[in-house]
Amino acid sequence: MAGQSDSQTMYDSHGEAHALEHAHPDWATYKWVAIILTVITALEVWVYYTPLKETRLFVPTLLAMSVAKFAIVVMFYMHLKYDAKLFRGLFVGPLIIAIIVLVSLLFLFGHLALHV
Amino acid sequence: MATAALADSHAEHHYTSTGLSSPKIAIWAFIGSECFFFASLISTYLIYKGRSVVGPFPHTPWTNPATGEQFHAILNIPVTSASTFVLLMSSLAMVLAHSAVVRGDTKYSKIWLGMTALLGATFLGFQAFEFTSFVHEGLTIKTNLFGSTFFVLTGFHGAHVTVGVLWLLSLLGVDMKRGLGPRDAINVDICALYWHFVDVVWIAIFTLVYLIQ
Repeated sequence: MAGQSDSQTMYDSHGEAHALEHAHPDWATYKWVAIILTVITALEVWVYYTPLKETRLFVPTLLAMSVAKFAIVVMFYMHLKYDAKLFRGLFVGPLIIAIIVLVSLLFLFGHLALHV
Repeated sequence: MATAALADSHAEHHYTSTGLSSPKIAIWAFIGSECFFFASLISTYLIYKGRSVVGPFPHTPWTNPATGEQFHAILNIPVTSASTFVLLMSSLAMVLAHSAVVRGDTKYSKIWLGMTALLGATFLGFQAFEFTSFVHEGLTIKTNLFGSTFFVLTGFHGAHVTVGVLWLLSLLGVDMKRGLGPRDAINVDICALYWHFVDVVWIAIFTLVYLIQ
């Protein structure tokens, strides 16, 4: 009985995992994602040719738009928003470590280096 | 009965004890490792940014003091913006190809897989044009620090796109030979994840290399 219950639990867990793994957005979502990505890209290029380029806001603005595009593609096209948590961990974990390493290297050797 | 069916399904799709397919876990682990790879190339580019002793430079004109030869800012933003748009649209084509395979719609799976490969090849064409024009304008991989880091970073990205295009063409070949159906959805999904990752890497490169001075 206990074995059957375990088996049933495993079956349910697998069924849930499979459902999660195969859950994808619909066509309307894909269409809107493509439109939003195109608009953000156009904005990025537009900002490049405006006087904003000479201000301190230029870099943070571009980085914010880039991060938004990155997140949208990962969440919807790579369907990480709908997928199993393990996949999220396998991607987001290394990504965070990579970003920390990148920023640390910039502080050590790059333009963010503290010259003491 | 249900357990037997589940076991068959597991054997066929290589499901792990987590209930998730092994190939999909593998591709996500691979993508995670690729984050380190591209982060190292991007950080190298950023560290050496602005430290080239001689031109051509990415965003500013330069005159060679020895010869008096003049070089303009070498990056061509309009062309790269067009190639970025092409790569973004290839991601849309890829999700539509995957969706068609899941539905078992072989007509549209062929169209969208072919379209994705075509857009990927177009992106590579833009990159070949860019590299060629840079070399003609006097920037090679050994000209200066910018040339070395730029060609290595964008070259490796281009190599990834090339692998993606070949992968897509092989899927298209299978689709033409016997038709891709719901049983093959996981294989197309894995290719799609790789393709979208190549796209997100370009999103980062476009901002950090081309737009930010």
